[in-house]
Amino acid sequence: MATHDTAAPPTKEGGAAPGRPPADPTGAERRRARLSRRWQRDMRWSPYAFVSPFFLLFLAFGLFPLIYTGWASLHQVEMTAPTDMEWVGLRNYTRIFDDDFFWNAAKNTLTIGIISTVPQLLMAMGLAHILNYKLRGSTFYRVMMLAPYATSIAAASLVFVLLFGRDYGMINWALDFVGIDPVDWQSDKWPSQFAVSTIVIWRWTGYNALIYLAAMQAIPQDLYESAALDGASRWKQFLHVTLPSLRPTILFTVVVSTIGATQVFGEPLLFDANKGASGGSEHQFQTLGLYLYEQGWVNQHLGRASAIAWTMFLILIVVGIVNYVISRRLRASS
Amino acid sequence: MRARTRSSRRVVVLATVATMGAGLLAGCADDGGGKASDDSSSGGGKGKTTITMGLFGTMGFKEAGLYTEYEKLNPNIKIAENVIERNENYYPALVNHLTTNSGLQDVQAVEVANIAEVTATQGAKLQDMSKVSGVNKSNWLDWKWSQATTKDSKTVALGTDVGPMALCYRTDLFQQAGLPTDPTEVGKLWAGDWNKFITVGEQYKKKAPKGTFFMDSPGGLLNAVLSSEKEKFYDSSGEVIYKSNPAVKAAFDLTGKAAEQGLVQAQTQFQPAWDTTIANSKFATIACPPWMLGTLKGKSKPDSLGKWAVAVAPKSGNWGGSFLAVPSSGKNVKEAEKLVAWLTAPEQQAKLFKVQGSFPSTPSAYTMPEVTGAKNEMTGDLNIGTIFAEAAKAAPVQVIGAKDQIIQQGLTDNGVILVTKGKSLEEAWNTATKTIDNNLDK
Repeated sequence: MATHDTAAPPTKEGGAAPGRPPADPTGAERRRARLSRRWQRDMRWSPYAFVSPFFLLFLAFGLFPLIYTGWASLHQVEMTAPTDMEWVGLRNYTRIFDDDFFWNAAKNTLTIGIISTVPQLLMAMGLAHILNYKLRGSTFYRVMMLAPYATSIAAASLVFVLLFGRDYGMINWALDFVGIDPVDWQSDKWPSQFAVSTIVIWRWTGYNALIYLAAMQAIPQDLYESAALDGASRWKQFLHVTLPSLRPTILFTVVVSTIGATQVFGEPLLFDANKGASGGSEHQFQTLGLYLYEQGWVNQHLGRASAIAWTMFLILIVVGIVNYVISRRLRASS
Repeated sequence: MRARTRSSRRVVVLATVATMGAGLLAGCADDGGGKASDDSSSGGGKGKTTITMGLFGTMGFKEAGLYTEYEKLNPNIKIAENVIERNENYYPALVNHLTTNSGLQDVQAVEVANIAEVTATQGAKLQDMSKVSGVNKSNWLDWKWSQATTKDSKTVALGTDVGPMALCYRTDLFQQAGLPTDPTEVGKLWAGDWNKFITVGEQYKKKAPKGTFFMDSPGGLLNAVLSSEKEKFYDSSGEVIYKSNPAVKAAFDLTGKAAEQGLVQAQTQFQPAWDTTIANSKFATIACPPWMLGTLKGKSKPDSLGKWAVAVAPKSGNWGGSFLAVPSSGKNVKEAEKLVAWLTAPEQQAKLFKVQGSFPSTPSAYTMPEVTGAKNEMTGDLNIGTIFAEAAKAAPVQVIGAKDQIIQQGLTDNGVILVTKGKSLEEAWNTATKTIDNNLDK
């Protein structure tokens, strides 16, 4: 500790504060003041430094591409000469209105989204409910649930392509056993969409089940006990205790799955028997993500692809708002 | 004390932020110079220059020992290759690298499907290979040379191999169907006209061994017919004419009718199910450049070795082949040019054929023993080299266009394949043209 030594020799900058109160501030005090100023600056600016890496990365890899894509969408740009941009205004957007392929892809995205999301969440709920009971080796089951999620889309899709093969696929082979004619899983519309959805369902059910399970375990046990005392059956308990408590979690998974469903890409890309990006011979399972990829990277029309990307972005915002409104309604009603 | 700890902690934080920021910048920085960094600075260290090759698939230079041979001839050179398995993944990256002038290797391979686009749009960024010493235009097949030559006669890439197309057929299946099996006689059956080929198919079908088809796939047939035309999707002035060109419609109709009659399998080439039909000997003929024998061998069961034979196609064409180009922005342009000139010389192409089955694009190699004596396990004692050499010389100088691949893919995958699945020829044509027009529209 610094002592209050009045006889201390003036420091170099000693004359800087002539009008100060009689006790000339000592070096120690000044240092303390300086440290305290530093401390304040530290308090004020350090948090920004801490969060800055994220924002720098976001700026470089999120915001800039987003805005640049918007800029590119107003031009005719080819991948063979990306700097050679020709201004076309909103043409890339207006043409989307009568682009059959875009709307076909939008419809497919919606139907594949529904076929994959609804069963997926229902199954996840059921699985979570079962896993919530005391089971032998429950950790093992929980890890197993997550295994599909940890598998790469490419590997999973390639295996499913083999399973769903028309001539030599295992599923048609099994159908043959029960006397059903082989299905052309890749070239018929609904079978192909069903098959693509199966890959999505397989991959994401476990993930959602774990989220539900976590939420279920947070439900206080006494709610179940009192319900049981009131004579509620297991099923009634599920309906009247579990489901209401899970409402926010269900909303969360619905939002996340909806976003995921609008972005389905890898599964239909790899499911295509032609190894192209057209989503089947008649575009029967081409999703928006795939159409965007086809325009940009196969056909090399970066301007058109950018406009599709932005349109998808706007659609997602609309979906997000709808989700928000519905969730507010639900919350208000509870 | 507390203040010091805090400030030192802050130093750590700032350092972290700075490092991450620097890393970020480094990530964005030009990586053009990064390739094969240490050795490529010529004259430094061991005094060796490393030439990097950007290739796709299995081009076989390394497998044929050509790098080792060149390194022996030029002790100051080291060759490193960077291979991407599939051209679909390789080509977009190559275009990106060319347009941004970064990330390029000293030598870049280009597939024939992309050479028109590269020549037309990226020619300015590639070296004129016709000016390299030792490169002689007359070495190459005319059409191979002109495919990589711009309108102002700059040759931006040198041809490596070509895919002279003949027809491979199963002698055992032909015999069972009562057709001749000798290559010359088989060639005579359909000489000069693809319609005759279909007639043979009809004959085959009448007495075909159960469960077999005449040809492997509609895509294969369409491709074979189109490859033998002088003009297909573009005219010589560079206009897209695929819809109005009668040759294209005729090829489409011919293939569609073959599909309606059940002469072709309902398969897409190079897909697992198609592979299985090779293993199970489900078809009797396939359009067949030399490299296709390798594919057949890879997918066949041992009992079909030697049961194949090669006959001249009704009209010869070309299917496949590659080029080597030297980007002007490279560090070792001169050395890279020399290497490419050497790799594509007739002697080296003949060696490559022997090991890899890639057919030379230089006719003088056709009289070399590697070609004239060529035999293949799939075709037994048949002398295949001369048949393919004939096909290579007879192939037309075809007008190729930038978007050939997109158009042909549309006609195949969104077109003729539909006929095999019960759609009418007209529906198939409409789906194909609608898809193609949308894909071509900028």
